[in-house]
Amino acid sequence: MSTSTEKLEREEKLEGIGCSRKRKEDPRFIQGKGNYVDDVKLPGTLFADIVRSPYAHARIKSINKDKALAVPGVHAVLTAADLKPLNLHWMPTLAGDVQAVLADEKVHFQYQEVAVVIADNRYIAADAVDLVEVEYEALPVLVDPHKAMDADAPILREDIKEKADDGKGAHKHPNHIFTWEVGDDEATTQAFNAADVVVTEKMYYPRVHPSPLETCGCVASFDKVKSHLTLYITSQAPHIVRTVVSLLSGIPESKVRVISPDIGGGFGNKVGVYPGYVTAIVASIVLGRPVKWIEDRMEHLSTTAWARDYHMTGALAADKEGRIKALRVNVLADHGAFNSHAQPTKWPAGLFSICTGSYDIPVAHAKVEGVYTNKAPGGVAYRCSFRVTEAVYVIERMMDILAQKLGIDKAEIRRRNFVKPEQFPYHTALGWELDSGDYPKALQKVLEAVDYDGLRREQQEKRARGELMGIGLVTFTEIVGAGPSKACDILGVGMFESAEIRVHPTGSVVARMGTLSTGQGHQTTYAQIIATELGLPSEDIQIEEGDTDTAPYGLGTYGSRSTPVGGAATAMAARKIRDKAARIAAHLLEVSADDLDWEVDRFKVKGVPGQEKTMKEVAWAAYNNVPDGMEMGLEATNYYDPPNFTYPFGAYLCVIDIDKCTGEAKVRRFYALDDCGTRINPMIIEGQIHGGLTEGFAVAMGQQMPFDEQGNLLGNTFMDYFIPTFVETPFWETDYTVTPSPHHPLGAKGVAESPHVGSIPCFTSAIVDAFSHLGVTHMDMPHNAYRVWRKIHELGLDKHE
Amino acid sequence: MTKKHISFQLNGRPVDALVEPRELLVHVIREQLGLTGTHIGCETSHCGACTIDLNGDSVKACTVLAMQADGGDVMTVEGLADNGALHPLQEAFMQEHGLQCGFCTPGMLIRAYRFLKKNPNPSDEEIRTGMSGNLCRCTGYQNIIKAVKAAAEKMQSA
Ligand code: FES
Ligand code: FES
Repeated sequence: MSTSTEKLEREEKLEGIGCSRKRKEDPRFIQGKGNYVDDVKLPGTLFADIVRSPYAHARIKSINKDKALAVPGVHAVLTAADLKPLNLHWMPTLAGDVQAVLADEKVHFQYQEVAVVIADNRYIAADAVDLVEVEYEALPVLVDPHKAMDADAPILREDIKEKADDGKGAHKHPNHIFTWEVGDDEATTQAFNAADVVVTEKMYYPRVHPSPLETCGCVASFDKVKSHLTLYITSQAPHIVRTVVSLLSGIPESKVRVISPDIGGGFGNKVGVYPGYVTAIVASIVLGRPVKWIEDRMEHLSTTAWARDYHMTGALAADKEGRIKALRVNVLADHGAFNSHAQPTKWPAGLFSICTGSYDIPVAHAKVEGVYTNKAPGGVAYRCSFRVTEAVYVIERMMDILAQKLGIDKAEIRRRNFVKPEQFPYHTALGWELDSGDYPKALQKVLEAVDYDGLRREQQEKRARGELMGIGLVTFTEIVGAGPSKACDILGVGMFESAEIRVHPTGSVVARMGTLSTGQGHQTTYAQIIATELGLPSEDIQIEEGDTDTAPYGLGTYGSRSTPVGGAATAMAARKIRDKAARIAAHLLEVSADDLDWEVDRFKVKGVPGQEKTMKEVAWAAYNNVPDGMEMGLEATNYYDPPNFTYPFGAYLCVIDIDKCTGEAKVRRFYALDDCGTRINPMIIEGQIHGGLTEGFAVAMGQQMPFDEQGNLLGNTFMDYFIPTFVETPFWETDYTVTPSPHHPLGAKGVAESPHVGSIPCFTSAIVDAFSHLGVTHMDMPHNAYRVWRKIHELGLDKHE
Repeated sequence: MTKKHISFQLNGRPVDALVEPRELLVHVIREQLGLTGTHIGCETSHCGACTIDLNGDSVKACTVLAMQADGGDVMTVEGLADNGALHPLQEAFMQEHGLQCGFCTPGMLIRAYRFLKKNPNPSDEEIRTGMSGNLCRCTGYQNIIKAVKAAAEKMQSA
């Protein structure tokens, strides 16, 4: 056997980076042994249920709890008046606003939390909720964000209307939250004035809901004797929750233990702190018993954080060849009744300024204006990195529209404007430094894989026959891995990530991270990183997350930050261990550490075959035979503050056939090529991509949260809110290129959100493409059969000759 | 509310429970009988997270009264493995990466179990239709289809 075969075999045994290792978390899930929040059963647990407002905007005239309190088994009914003495009737939001925990004198959106009932079980609690009598006086409702700043618009937030400036700039109107601008306005205007061609389009990105399969919930358990609070909670960010809970309750962080157990999906919905959590905590403190609150699906869709709701206007200026000279984007953002979007605190529109996309655009300007309306608060990153989905949507739509205007193919217009491989690191007009990319290669690979020219020919023939076929194309760039702490913080805490690794004498490892898996398989992939870095088998590496008592502080999992930031922290901590191990090995081999080479799982003395120590041997020595002056043990911690974001990218293509009679759009083919840099576990990456594409499909083709003019939410059950089943979901084809990130210790970029971000404009691109020969430039989502049929009808295509 | 005494077979063992007539089967299984593998995702029979097998049919336990199980035969995800040996479906879900957050998984498995009993050799299309009462937000279904197929093949050759 040659040495290299032997080496490869050793490497394979580790199941390290690049291996499609089966998941460590699966055995418990497939046997029904997961531990989700509703599975947590503490002795003496009471149940909380919430009384919610039927009105979108109303004054509360009175609340009568008597009948509810008379129900046997009811322990308490709490309202804002009860929380006031504790100063817990309002809570801070991640965006620097405040939100009512229980409605204080007034309700601001339908289904707002008005009172909470605590009872022996869920049935009694639900009975009592019906018996709480609330008298309302209806107020004029503000639904349309375009009217939010009208002189006669109803003022929503009486609690803050006196505040002319809350540090986010002057308020133009009491319903105005912020105006955020970036880029060079004047230069952009000049470029537009001088341009050969200008295209402008208005587009609405509907309000949608992440809707993981498990709703939100918690179990709060306050131990009066020890003044200690344990909180089991569906949170993607348990450490931040602990900080918020501590700030709110005055209980020191050392006496608050937050445990995120298994989480049934998050997708951005489980980042913030919700009133249900706070009321469960208060009730547990007041009653001295564990209190469980689990929302139902309707409550989930109606009140916990939704995403998007951006009214966007995009404009591109270009020359006759389609080379872009400038980009301008204006956005009106509907934030609902409280500004509780989850973005890094300094970024009221998140990372929206990535809207220059994959293109070399000399000047740009973007402006986002946020307003209050009588709708639930939110604006979270639904499987995306802080408003990146909206940004990618607007630029990709505008690229298509520019192509159409100039009669240039949409692949060609992209090629002409790409940031070229040799231009990296590339500084965008709106301030980002794109780390690495090879956009032309990705695009070319996709076009060849699907025979793009053949598809265009087929489309020509179909058009001649009067059939509707659309080809969608997108070449997106994301910005993920928030983020450098100088740019990003949440409530003042920098957005670093952490890892703590311990190697035991026998070479087995326990590692803890500040992130939290909500299905991404961290227990599997972090172990692979450590396996490669330390040369110890994945199988012997135990990963733990989600318990603030044991895990180091971390900002959590969202915005594809686990691999870019948490993965980097893991690699760096492992490298510290390897450095120490090298010194121990040198000591054992009686050479200097410089004389050693690292090979897969061992240190070898350069040029002396057979003189070597495996990491396992070194681990043992670390506990009994270290060089003079060295501390015993083999462990390390790293808090990783990334130098930059990472910029995954991809090229997606979609073929859609539309039935002219029904408007039904069938996805015939979807080809997704992703480049997320170094690939840690290809099987998991592919799974993440399938899931992201399916969620993208859901958003593009059917999801929306419509309101009537009274602010009634018209779609808040799984009957109305579109979740694709096995039947609607298309078959996905995936592909990849690898362009490592130069600044990430492993070259990895993060992937789980790309397919969501990238696929949504691709579906729209395909739908519009089916009608583009008829002069259609844009159609708003969702592209459900009825809305597509309306376009068909409007164009007279359903008339029989 | 007066409670009623019900008895049924749960994963091959007789169980008894005192239940209110309005109590849902899913709550009795999860809270009284302590088997929390069966999940609740919607309580309106849309998501299938609560799917169990009742008298040889897949049913959504969030819309069945516990009383309706009286005298019946119930199987949940906890009953799939045979004396610690995983069911071919469980193996296949793991091999084909048919799960992510795992919340839909028990319902998926128990539905697939009944589906394969009725159609032991399904096509992809048949799996899509046969499993369409179960939602998954994570996987995009593709690997679940692969897993069901792989399990079917294994069970046929066994
Ligand atoms: S919980 Fe029963 S179908 Fe969703
Ligand atoms: S694996 Fe998360 S819902 Fe299916």
